[in-house]
Amino acid sequence: MTRDTAPLSMLSGWGRYPYCQSQIIQPANQQQLLQLNQSFAGIPRGQGRSYGDSALAGTVLSCKYLDQFIEFDPEHGILTVQAGITLAQILEVIVPQGWFLPVTPGTQFVTVAGAIAADVHGKNHHLAGCFSQHLLSMEMLLGDGSQLRVSPTHNTDLFQATCGGMGLTGIILSATLQLLPIKSSQINQTSVKARSLSDVYALFEQAAESTYSVAWIDCLAKGQQLGRSLLMTGEHAKQGPLANLPQKTLSIPFATPSALLNRFSIKAFNSVYYHRQRKTVAQQAIHYAPFFYPLDRIQHWNRLYGRKGFVQYQFVLPHAAGLLGMEAILKRISDQQQGSFLAVLKQLGPANENLLSFPREGYTLALDFKLQHGLFRFLEQLDQLVLDWGGRIYLAKDARMSQTVFKTSYPNWETFEAVRAQYAATGKYRSTQSVRLGLA
Amino acid sequence: MQNILIIGAGSAIAKACARRFASAGRHLFLVMRDETALAEQIADLHCRGAGSVAGAALDILDTKKHDQVIRQAQVQLGKIDAILVAHGSLPDQAVCEQNIEATLSAITLNGTATVALLTGLAQLLEQQQSGCLAVITSVAGDRGRESNYVYGCAKAMVSTFLQGLDQRLSKQGIRVIDIKPGFVITPMTEGFNRSGPLWSQPEKIAGIIEPALLHKRGTVYAPGFWRMIMAIICLIPTPLFRKIRL
Repeated sequence: MTRDTAPLSMLSGWGRYPYCQSQIIQPANQQQLLQLNQSFAGIPRGQGRSYGDSALAGTVLSCKYLDQFIEFDPEHGILTVQAGITLAQILEVIVPQGWFLPVTPGTQFVTVAGAIAADVHGKNHHLAGCFSQHLLSMEMLLGDGSQLRVSPTHNTDLFQATCGGMGLTGIILSATLQLLPIKSSQINQTSVKARSLSDVYALFEQAAESTYSVAWIDCLAKGQQLGRSLLMTGEHAKQGPLANLPQKTLSIPFATPSALLNRFSIKAFNSVYYHRQRKTVAQQAIHYAPFFYPLDRIQHWNRLYGRKGFVQYQFVLPHAAGLLGMEAILKRISDQQQGSFLAVLKQLGPANENLLSFPREGYTLALDFKLQHGLFRFLEQLDQLVLDWGGRIYLAKDARMSQTVFKTSYPNWETFEAVRAQYAATGKYRSTQSVRLGLA
Repeated sequence: MQNILIIGAGSAIAKACARRFASAGRHLFLVMRDETALAEQIADLHCRGAGSVAGAALDILDTKKHDQVIRQAQVQLGKIDAILVAHGSLPDQAVCEQNIEATLSAITLNGTATVALLTGLAQLLEQQQSGCLAVITSVAGDRGRESNYVYGCAKAMVSTFLQGLDQRLSKQGIRVIDIKPGFVITPMTEGFNRSGPLWSQPEKIAGIIEPALLHKRGTVYAPGFWRMIMAIICLIPTPLFRKIRL
């Protein structure tokens, strides 16, 4: 056991592609962070749960030790935390006291800062919007070493650049959130089978008033069955226990041979998953953890895609693109027969004011592709289709989008750059992603 | 085990332990050097559900202040069910080899100041006639090795001290526990190559310490496989030991 002078680690995002040799700076507390920020240039990193290279750089500043609660008002559900804390740690404390996260992504292992930086959305986006829309304020550390309170009404420009800004505007020290009151930790789930894409679109429209809605979609189904899916809607139960589940997890110990995931095995899985539910409509009360975080029970599930890793491709098409646009893209994906067993379709509500926030009114589809020959050429074709239909790609998942695609689909990028310049972030906070996307 | 005194509460392992104690609603008294960090941690543990949390800032090297802080904890907690001593710092072995000051200050902090503290704590438990005293030492104390024998000898001093304390206090129903972690991923080991199966997260070590405080005594390796590893390292014949790097 010897101490290296300049420790370098091979880091990646959750998709395990790409890898980057990085020096990791890991302040043990906020005082150390303030000091280290002076000479730092690179990207702040939380739990590394973005899929691509959003949290990769030659030097990364790990905020994992900045994970303390600062204040919790259980009467009004107002919570202030250091921004490196994970959603899992928060849920452990707030659920027994009758509160829940107002917006949560599909994993509870992200940090609050990560959730803000990606302006994450959840199964309730059509009604509740993004994570940032429940953020009352945050304390930021800027490139020049100054600290600033930022909220929808204070330093609004920095707020709108930081939420969804992928860590490129400064370091989030702490955040104050308005939580959601709940009466039970159970969710009443309804799951409805849809035979085709038009079926599931109709079901989403019907479910517009449901608190949560999401569809698992079989992207390998073709022809008449194109877009067959299971739509899951959920409501917080009105009564029941307020409890957290003991965390029992499986773990994938090493990267499995990627050949195990081929078009036959995925097709079989998808078929079983679809037909497992016999009835058209099924209802059950389940704990919030399996409802929101089904994959969190399998630690390191990203290793299933093999040594080379995978890319998660998530795009949104605006309402104007309609069924036609989604069908065109889905057909292209099912023709390729490379899709994954984890494809998710979701109706999104109106966009917010944040400059680089991903969601906009319409439909979003997310699916995994394991890294293999020809994948990037195929994804470039998809990019073009997405652009043609007026859509865009989620930065938190992206590992390979071109500068042109980004700048065309995120027209606010110039305003974003201006705000970064004004708050001393230009050149100081940068990731391999931001460099690839042509941000300064 | 309702009332717990934690010394060196800012260390990563103690922090992880304190969070477990807090979520079980226990009453805590924290002692650490940095006053700001102390206030932050008190707020954190309060949110995480601690029955009560208070604390005092103390530099362990300031041995004259030990007594006062121990009394403060006693006033706050009343009867103390468990004490966890977790402070420490890993010196740079290469620097110590060239610098007497660095060597002595590492031994003072990890060794003699700890022994001074334990003297006061032992008196407290003796007065109470109950309780448990757990001290985090290290596997490094089991055999002097060229890569960290300065740290190792200070930890060995504490371990030997604890053996004697155990014999003395066991007669009064007090349990003494020597906790020996192996490699743990904490700010203290920043800069080492920390991949591989021998490295543990502090949360894992905390998961071993909490039940140990309830019913163990004597030496507890954390994780348990270190008992085997260290037994083997101690068995290596000295002529062979000289030939390897460890």
